Amino acid sequence: MAKYLLLKHYRGAPAAVNDAPMEEWTPAEIDAHVQYMNDFAARLERSGEFVDGQALAPDGMWVRSDGEGRPPVTDGPFAETKDLVAGWMTIDVDSRERAIELAGELSAAPGLGGKPIHEWLEVRPFLTEPPTVTE
Amino acid sequence: MDGQRLRALTPAVIGVLVRRGADPAAAEDAVAEAVLAALRRWPAGTGPDSGPDDPKGWLVTVAWRRFLDAQRSDVARRERELRVGAEPPPGPAQDRDDTLRLYFLCAHPDLTRASAVALTLRAVSGLTTRQIAAAYLVPEATMAQRISRAKRTVAGVRLDRPGSIDTVLSVLYLVFNEGYTGEVDLAAEAIRLTRGLAAAAGDPEVEGLLALMLLHHARRPARMRGGRLVPLAEQDRSRWDTSLIVEGIARLQAALAQDRLGPFQAQAAIAALHADARSAAQTDWVQILGWYDELLRLADTPIVRLNRAVAVGEADGARAGLVELEAVGADVPRRAAVEAYLREKGGDLAAAAHLYAEAARAAPDLPEREHLTRQAARLNQANRQRRDGR
Repeated sequence: MAKYLLLKHYRGAPAAVNDAPMEEWTPAEIDAHVQYMNDFAARLERSGEFVDGQALAPDGMWVRSDGEGRPPVTDGPFAETKDLVAGWMTIDVDSRERAIELAGELSAAPGLGGKPIHEWLEVRPFLTEPPTVTE
Repeated sequence: MDGQRLRALTPAVIGVLVRRGADPAAAEDAVAEAVLAALRRWPAGTGPDSGPDDPKGWLVTVAWRRFLDAQRSDVARRERELRVGAEPPPGPAQDRDDTLRLYFLCAHPDLTRASAVALTLRAVSGLTTRQIAAAYLVPEATMAQRISRAKRTVAGVRLDRPGSIDTVLSVLYLVFNEGYTGEVDLAAEAIRLTRGLAAAAGDPEVEGLLALMLLHHARRPARMRGGRLVPLAEQDRSRWDTSLIVEGIARLQAALAQDRLGPFQAQAAIAALHADARSAAQTDWVQILGWYDELLRLADTPIVRLNRAVAVGEADGARAGLVELEAVGADVPRRAAVEAYLREKGGDLAAAAHLYAEAARAAPDLPEREHLTRQAARLNQANRQRRDGR
């Protein structure tokens, strides 16, 4: 089994095919979308492939140390950050192909007009623990 | 013996041991062992030999013995010899003091909020570390560390003077607000804890907090529908738990009769007025506004001012509500949502839709974000239909 991170972006991904902010959908279209996402996660739990899913608020900031005895330096939040992660789902699957298949399904969640969004998701394999057998 | 019943006795028994000089961590371990011993000895839980006549007395005796054994075998602790002696059997007043002492200890001001919450759930509720970790979605090892650090912080604290009950109440309120994910129902647990405190403290603000919890808990069956947040005005009121409402109102009235008003009693009064209304339209907003004025006098916070602006909007109209809102800073959470609500009420659908979308982006959780996005979508749809219909 291998773990993959499916990353959804507020900004930074190439534009989706069906690209419209959610508040411009109808309430029924929002319901259908939320239902699809919940069903997707529930199905992965049943298949034993779901690990974790979290959403992030859009506001964030950069922080770095400014040396001993000084408070850390903060910067942001930046309204126009180019790359902004919205949330993730971690899955534990048999193969790279399966990870791609699931990301494709997630990307097809319904949006405006009830049509699939076809949004771009970033798929990142986890680095693993070293294997027991090395020869 | 009934495990649930034993668990309910745990705080009082720990309290007795602490009063006799045991440090809280050791007392807790000893009581846990005594509970296990009781469950082993009377596993069935029915019949004539279903348990000791005085379960609490039995637990105190066994736990104290375990505690002494542990102390004797613990070389490092030998210096701190015990003030053992023939303790008089605890009477009811002594019981109350022991229980109170434990609540105060677990909410000690030296603890961070997160530690106080964890220690209260461990020592007073008797939940396992695993259960607490699951409830707060952190690894068990993390929660175990948080709890043992908290125990070290309060070890050796002498509680000759009672602490501030406000600290205890804020910890219990925090547990209640954490809600209900996972196997442990934290809201129900907070109510159980506050009941225990109310029985021991006889303080109207404790009763006020308990009433507030009961009245909010009563609405829980109506608060979500198919994973969606349902706002108060749209809730199916037939699904509210009337027995909780009746108890909440009775407790509130008894507390108010003592004439020592505090913020929790005022908030409970507002919740009671909502609970009393047969429909959202029948809500007595004028009385609710009166209670917000009291609340403002007791605790002038931006959140109270924000909520009061809603009440003003309902009692005196959207325009008056918006005027009140001007005094609330733009950085106060949920301000945009309140302004959106009042703008829609005042007929400015375009501004309301824009504000709802802004509020959605700042929402602290997914159900709220979805709810606010849906509100924005609903108004945008209405605006489109109005345009197209023309």
